[in-house]
Amino acid sequence: MVNLSNRSHFHTLLDAVALQGEHDECPAIIYLETDQAPITISCRDFREAVIAHAAGLQVMGIAPRDLVIIAHTQNLESIYAFWGALWCGAIPSMFPTLTEKLDPDIYLHSMAELARLSGVRAIFTTDEFEPQLAARVSCQVFGSEHLARSVAVANGKLHPSTTERAHAERNAVESKHARSSAHALSAERGRAGRDAFSPNSNEVAFLQHSSGTTGLQKGVALSHEAVLNQVASYSEAIALNDQDVIVSWLPLYHDMGLIAGFILPLVQGVPLVMMSPFDWVAHPALLLHAIDDYRGTLCWLPNFAYNHCARRIRQRDSEGVSLASMRLFINCSEPVRYESHQMFLERFAANGVTNEMLTVSYAMAENTFAVTQTPLGQAARLDVVDRIELEQKRFAQPAAIDHPHAQIRVSCGPAIVNTAVKIIDEAGNTLPDRAVGQVAVQSDCMLREYYKRPDLQPFQEGWYRTGDMGYMADGEVYIVGRLKDLIINAGKNIYPQDIEAIVNTVPGVVPGRAVVFGVADEREGTELIGVVAEVTTDNAQERKHIATQIRNAVAKQSMVTVTYVHLVGERWLIKTSSGKIARAANREKWLAETQR
Amino acid sequence: MVDERVLREKLRAYICKELIRDASYPLTDTEGIISGGLMDSFSLAELAVYVEKEFGMYIPDSDLTVAKMDTLDQMVARVMRGE
Repeated sequence: MVNLSNRSHFHTLLDAVALQGEHDECPAIIYLETDQAPITISCRDFREAVIAHAAGLQVMGIAPRDLVIIAHTQNLESIYAFWGALWCGAIPSMFPTLTEKLDPDIYLHSMAELARLSGVRAIFTTDEFEPQLAARVSCQVFGSEHLARSVAVANGKLHPSTTERAHAERNAVESKHARSSAHALSAERGRAGRDAFSPNSNEVAFLQHSSGTTGLQKGVALSHEAVLNQVASYSEAIALNDQDVIVSWLPLYHDMGLIAGFILPLVQGVPLVMMSPFDWVAHPALLLHAIDDYRGTLCWLPNFAYNHCARRIRQRDSEGVSLASMRLFINCSEPVRYESHQMFLERFAANGVTNEMLTVSYAMAENTFAVTQTPLGQAARLDVVDRIELEQKRFAQPAAIDHPHAQIRVSCGPAIVNTAVKIIDEAGNTLPDRAVGQVAVQSDCMLREYYKRPDLQPFQEGWYRTGDMGYMADGEVYIVGRLKDLIINAGKNIYPQDIEAIVNTVPGVVPGRAVVFGVADEREGTELIGVVAEVTTDNAQERKHIATQIRNAVAKQSMVTVTYVHLVGERWLIKTSSGKIARAANREKWLAETQR
Repeated sequence: MVDERVLREKLRAYICKELIRDASYPLTDTEGIISGGLMDSFSLAELAVYVEKEFGMYIPDSDLTVAKMDTLDQMVARVMRGE
């Protein structure tokens, strides 16, 4: 297992414990699905499948440093494709696949843009989606069947075509060249079977893409070194050990799912019990049963998931289920609410959940993952502050719990080892304790760059400015909001301008006269999405039709559901002096008008 | 046994008020509630809790899918079928 003292023995992600021969009989992944028998993949199975897929990818012409997008259903095939790409030195990136709700045209357009801007070499996807995607993007597209065939050819189970033979020969030459390179630090070390491509440890390992059309063009490029540094530092923060079992329902195209629920367990050789997010959202009890059946110890959840589990797991599904094996539930990736933890604790105390298990981490893709983690063995610290002082004076003034403006803020904990956090003002000056400013981060696990975007410089004087607003108190970080408008809905980052652009295309909406904002929701434990749009019609029927069209359009063109649609007459919306629509002011006006 | 009409109207009212959050929404029997973006798939789990509390019926997870529970007609038929 990589830790702070043996870190220098690990050079690339291919030194992952699950890929070495020493733990061959131990489970690497246990894959669960509703009404299906669990699939257990041992470390040996995992390694063999990864090597077989790597060979398959080479037959398909994938070469070192090629960008490979995996836009697939979350399943074992996509997992093997990801690690297979790493094995042959390519740069994989996980993407959401097209769902039945999304408009294929919008999705195809964004994939085509991605392929064009980032120089994608190939996209791996499902068989049914392959022809549609292939017709639209400039790179190669391979479905499951094609991948399976190439894997079979590469492993001598099928005869190769001429192209496949040519690719295999070319790759053999490149691979030989790579092995003789002076930088082949970890070549051959402990690896049975075919050779992995050994890159420099500071080369890009994979990309994490943030959501939204704005984010699509921004691939966070992480080096092997950065990811291993994060794994070592974060493992220390959570005291990861060989008795741990990680349980995850998280999507792999999101940093929390990709790092905590995928890379970390496989690099460390800790069993990973996983399920598809689509399965989990409709059947949340699956997570509880997984913890009970496999004696899970670690689970990362965005805040809304605490509410979802507490409110939507049926009594019958939680009776007799033990969660007492858990060490930590780690709340991460959206603002943490005290009420969500309380709701979860009350609902599952009888199943063995304790307050001490409920910890918090502040994380972001640009830092690979975790920036902070609350101390173990105790519940995340609470800070009671004066809400009015916080909002108006940007200062977290401590207040008594019975103060009329008392607000409970949950700590995200101190920075993990080798990561530094400071709070800065607009000029970049460091602010004192309890003053609210922008959170800036410096660490040894930061992104290398935004992939093929030299115009975007992530660092200013060596610090990454996160865009999150927060304060420090007694060495711990508290997050209070965002510098720019951003809605975090069920753990997903949503740029309001992306949704506004969709609403503006709906017939009946006055173009350019729509505003989208987040509405904090106690019941759901997340921000819901509200739309206010100006329309010219007063006819109630027509307005209802437009409202439905807005909901349909957003569902089809984005990955979110609008909860509130409020249609108003012309000139209702407030604009700023520069003529832009003022989101916060319009949100306040809507709240007052609808008395929420 | 619950009366089908009562069940349908109760479900309709519940979905509009609690899940779509617009009690006046004119929800039809056949429109795709999830595929049409009126509610997300999280709401399937919510619906299961409601049906259990209100009608004392447990819908198995295998039936709680977008394909099987997208319209009011589908939901009513599933509840009427019983456990």
